[in-house]
Order: sequence, then structure tokens, then C-alpha cells
Amino acid sequence: MSLQLILFILFGTISAISSVLMITRTNALISALFLILNFAGLSGLYLTLNAQFIAVTQVIVYAGAIMVLFLFVIMLLKPEHEKYFSHQPKLKIFAFFIAFIVFIQLVFMIFVSHPSQGNNANVAASVKAGTIEEIGKQLYTNYVLPFEAAGYLLLAATIGAIVLAKKKFE
Amino acid sequence: MLNNFQEFYNIIPILLIGAGFLISLLIEMYFKKSDVILPWFTILIFLAAGFHALYAVNSVSVIFQNMLATGGIVNIFYIIFTFGAAIVALLSIDYIKKYGTYFGEYYILLQTSILGMMLMAGAKDLFMIFLGLELMSVSFYSLAGLNRKRLKANEASLKYFLLGAFATGFIVYGIALIYGTVHSTSIDMIASRFYELSSDKLFIAGILLFLIGFSFKIAAFPFHMWVPDVYEGSPTTIAGLFSTGGKAAAFSAIIVTLGVLFTGRIGNILMPYLAVISVLSMFYGSIVAISQDNIKRMLAYSSISHAGYLLIGLAAGNSFGVAGVIFYLASYTFMNLGAFGIVALIEGKDESNLTLKSFSGLASRYPLLAALFSIIMFSLAGIPPFAGFFGKYYVFIAAIKSNLTWLAILGVLSSVISVYFYLRIVVLMYFKDAETDLKIDVSKTGLAAVIISVLLVIIIGIAPGTIIDLIAFFFK
Amino acid sequence: MNIPIEYYLILSGFMFLVGVAGVLTRRNAIIVFMSIELMLNSANLSLVTFSSYMGNSTGQLFVFFVMTVAAAEAAVGLAIILAMFRNKLTLNIDDINILKW
Repeated sequence: MSLQLILFILFGTISAISSVLMITRTNALISALFLILNFAGLSGLYLTLNAQFIAVTQVIVYAGAIMVLFLFVIMLLKPEHEKYFSHQPKLKIFAFFIAFIVFIQLVFMIFVSHPSQGNNANVAASVKAGTIEEIGKQLYTNYVLPFEAAGYLLLAATIGAIVLAKKKFE
Repeated sequence: MLNNFQEFYNIIPILLIGAGFLISLLIEMYFKKSDVILPWFTILIFLAAGFHALYAVNSVSVIFQNMLATGGIVNIFYIIFTFGAAIVALLSIDYIKKYGTYFGEYYILLQTSILGMMLMAGAKDLFMIFLGLELMSVSFYSLAGLNRKRLKANEASLKYFLLGAFATGFIVYGIALIYGTVHSTSIDMIASRFYELSSDKLFIAGILLFLIGFSFKIAAFPFHMWVPDVYEGSPTTIAGLFSTGGKAAAFSAIIVTLGVLFTGRIGNILMPYLAVISVLSMFYGSIVAISQDNIKRMLAYSSISHAGYLLIGLAAGNSFGVAGVIFYLASYTFMNLGAFGIVALIEGKDESNLTLKSFSGLASRYPLLAALFSIIMFSLAGIPPFAGFFGKYYVFIAAIKSNLTWLAILGVLSSVISVYFYLRIVVLMYFKDAETDLKIDVSKTGLAAVIISVLLVIIIGIAPGTIIDLIAFFFK
Repeated sequence: MNIPIEYYLILSGFMFLVGVAGVLTRRNAIIVFMSIELMLNSANLSLVTFSSYMGNSTGQLFVFFVMTVAAAEAAVGLAIILAMFRNKLTLNIDDINILKW
């Protein structure tokens, strides 16, 4: 067993189990904490894939900023516990069943189309692709227009959030 | 980056709206009279961008390291978005005061949503599709819930937000699978490798997930559940924008990304999917619309059935079909904005006067409004000689050319059903006595906006040939 | 790179469908939104996997933008949820039924 496989199994199990636990908790706060655990597991997976920059951003931006916003809102609103499997239990069983069928199909597709054939794993190229240097260079040369658009997106979202949450009415 | 003056000239529409957005923020902040200046400034920006796009329609180029295309059908989409948005802004001047949300941010978010649509229509890379879509959607979520004191508006924006974000999840996963099989996010690369990858199941799964995500945005049948609620709950002018600009932008993204399927060079492998959701949306929209009592909900179901007719053009999979779809989108934008405009004029304080009853006997008291509304209803029902008829005609002809005669026949059948609920309103307005004592002070700017859209519907209906030839010339 | 790419893709597909199931079954608006975040993250995992196995950084750039979008959506979405809660004092999307769902 190589180190990558051991780490994959470790972080993959954490991510998979925490994702299932997240959608089955009745308390939103505990769900959010499991989602953070899931993000931490994903960050470890990104490291096994040589994506250093994304792994760090995952922790700082996703777990650090976005989820804190979620936790903040949950604490602020103190939502009541929802009764699990209360309304329309048939619908829920149906949803899980469909998800399971689609998952089987997806696994089948992944094995049939052999994505590994087209991707000859080259460790040096893979390490280079994940560095901050490479990503920064791409971001400010080839992808400068998406970068500008992302700036507009954040500005529009800020304005929208302020209008929705703060604007005074007459 | 931009290499020369020509490229700078070509993206002036986008630069205008991008800069106009920032200037609007400053106007809103520093001018005391911003409630007078800002609407007209917004309209000016939209018209300038639209006329520039019209003028520069021939300057085809690809700029920003293969990120954005200009000229040709991209500019035609720009014209649809900007003129539509200018009409929405003109309608809103009095409407949002009546609705109780006079905020400068309304116009600012209107501009960002149009910027997002334009980035989507001009995209040459999945990055731009994704970011344009999100720029548009985030502005739309905020616009829908602008009046946060009103529970209906809250609900509308929450539903729109949750389902829109759900659709985004599908689109991102689809893009991930497309990237993994094509090894690039460039739309040109996707087009050139489409044929060789069409037997790769993972690639097809990616394309299908991408299409499912966009089916939410165009309001096609199994993914339509947000449409009536969101249209009913959001401000009427904004609902008009959702049903026209939002739908046109989502169609532009599909046409841009999967354009190679519709040129006839390779077979249209997505035909079964597109044809099935097209038939379902046409019939579902037309049949459910009959039982609606609220005019906004009726227009929402009619919007679902129009998504079905538009999908016929894509299912046909030839360049004629795509030209038909773009023509249809142009005519649909103006007629639907006219319809929502009249609803916005008639709507009273606190969302009163929205039932079909308030329209009965309208002709005796407001003959001009009744006449304009009848023209729009005839056009929406697809009765010649208005623009709506030619849109449907071109789309059905394209389906027949691709040996999909059954689809065209089902389309005709569904439009026959839809004639019932469109003409019912005309009958109510002209042949029934008034059931409510409707008193409205018709706003001048709103009426002007409706008249402009009706004029555009008539003009498009008079000269459909030149417009369709122009579109077909650019989409080869 | 000594394990097959399929392992990562299957994990990502599994998380995506857990997210979809969460959206369809949960009734608390915040948990629904968190399930959507889970879907976005599973797509991110696929993107990073492909990017790393191809030795091409485009996928990781896309992930960077997905994070930006997630942040923007979180800001607007939580503002909407907050506005809803102030009016209705509930987060349960079954109770939000003035308009038919």
C-alpha cells in the first residue's frame, strides 16, 4: 500500500461519512460542523492530488469564511429542531432510492469510459500545476477576464446582500 | 488582453455596462436627486450599448485570450438583452414607487444582471458561461426579494435562490465531467472533439448534467416548479425580466456551448432529450395555464410552454432551427415585456387587480390599454401577422426540415390549446361588463414602454425575413 | 499518482448524490443550502482530480472561481434566509406556503 492510497482511504472515509452524517442530523448546527469536517477531509484529498493552493484555500475560504457565516446565521436564528422523516416519508425514501440508482449508473459510466486511459499521470506536471506560482500566472494572464467578472460578481453579491438584510423602509 | 483598437471597439457594449454600473453606484451615493437621474442614466447606458452592438454587428472577433467573442449572433443577443432591459427600466420608474421599494440598488442590480447575460452570450470558454450565469443569477435572487417586508417576495426569492443554486450544482458537476473528458474548458475544443467523444459515456453524462442545469434556468417542464411562484411573488417588472432576459440568456448559453450540434456537421445526439422536454413543457404550460386565475401565474405557465416551442428549434438541430430560436427569443422578449408591462400598469397597491376579473370590461374604460393588450395576446398566441406567429413558424419549419414532423404537429396542437387562454382575456376585455370598479392612474413612462414594445412586435412581424436572414447569415 | 483516477471520481459522485438527496429530503432552508454547498464541493473534487491527473491547472482555476461563486451565493442566500426568518419566524420550507410550492 502506497502512502497516497492510505491517505486517500483515510480522508475519503472522513469525507464520505461526514457528508452522510451532515444530511441526516436534525440540528442545523451539528450539520454545519459535519460539513466543516467534510471540507477538512476534502482539503486533505486535495493535498494527495498535489493541489497545494486549492487545499489551503479550501480551509481558509470554505471552512474558514463561508462556513463561519453559516454558523453565525444558524446561531442568530436558533431554528427549531426539525422532525426527521416527518412529512411525506415516501418522498424521502424515493429520493434516496433515485440517488442510489443514479450513483450505480455513475459508477458504471466511470468504469466503462476509463478516464484513466486518457490521463497518463505525470507527477512532475501535476505538482507544477498545483503551485501558487502556476495558478497565479494563469489567473493574471489567460484568465484575466473571468477574474474581472468574479470581481463584479462579488460586488453585486455585496450590494444584493446589503439591500436584502439592511435597507431601511419608509 | 486587448491587442489593438479594433478589439477595444468590439467590446464597447460590455465596457459601457461595466463602467455604467460603477458610475451608477457613485450617482446613488453622491446625488440627492438620484431617484430622477439614475433610471434615465440606466436607460441611456442600455440604449448606448444596444445601438453600439447593432452598429458593430459585423465586427466578428475573439478577444481576451480566447475568452469572449464579439460580433455576429453574440451582438444580436446583446441587442435583445439591452433593449429588453431598457424597456424594463422605463417600466420600473413609476412601478417600483407604487410597489414600495424605491431603491437605487434596483437599477444597479438590473445592470449587473444584464452584464452577466452579456458575458454568457459572448462566452468562448466555460469559465465565462459559469461566471456570467452566476452574475445574472445573484442579481436576480436579490431583485426578486427586494421588498423584504412582503412575505410573498421573501418566499419567491428563497425559492428562486434554492432551486437556482441547486441547478448551479448540476452545471458545475457537468462542467467538471466535460473538462475531464475534453481536457480543456474552451468551447472551441469542445466543439472540435465533440464527435470523437460522443461515444464516451462520461462526456455525455457531463453534457446532460449541464443541460439539466440550464433546463432549470429556461423553465422547461420537469424543472419548472419555481416559475409560477417566483413570477407571482417578485415585482412584476422583474418577473418580466426573468421570463425574457433570463430565458434568452440561458438559451444563448446552450446555443454557444453546444453550437456544434446545431450546425448539421455532426448528428444531434441530444435530440431525444430536447424533444421530450420540449413536448412536455409545451403541453404542461398550455394546459395548466387554462385553469389559472392570477394573470401573473398565467403568464408564468405561458412562459413554460414558450420554453417548449423554443426547444423544438434546438431539437431540430440545424442552423435554420437556431436562427428560428434567436428570432423567437427576440419577438418573445418584446411581446412578453409588453404583457408584463400592462400587468404592471394595471396592478394596484399591495398587488391588487391581478386576477382575470379586473380585466373584464377594460376596453370601455381604458381603450388604449385594451387594444395594446389584445395585440400582445394575439402575438403570444401566434396569430399572424404579429411577431409571435413568425417565431413559431420558423421553429416548426426547422423541425420539418430535420424530419421531425411529429414534433412540429405537436407544437401546432399545443399552440391551438394556448389560443384559448390568450383569447379569453381579449373576450373578457371587449365583451364583458366590468366586475370590479378598477381605477388606475396610468403612468406615462410605463405606457410609453408598453407602446414601444408593441411597436417592436409589429415591426418584427412586418419584416421577419430580413431579420431571420441576418441571423442565419451569422450562424453558419 | 499510483492510485487510479476512478477512486476519486467515485468518491466525488457519491458526495454529489448525497448532496442531491439532502436537497430533496431536508426541509430546513439552511440545511438545504449546505447540501448545495456539498454538491459544489464534490464537483470541485472532480475538477481537482482531473486537473492533477492531466497536469494542467485549468481545473484548479475553475475551483478557485467556484469558491468565489460559493462565497457570493452564501452572502446573498443567507441574507434572503434572514429576511424570510424576520417575517415568518421559520426556516422550514414546508411551512413557507403562501405560494404553492
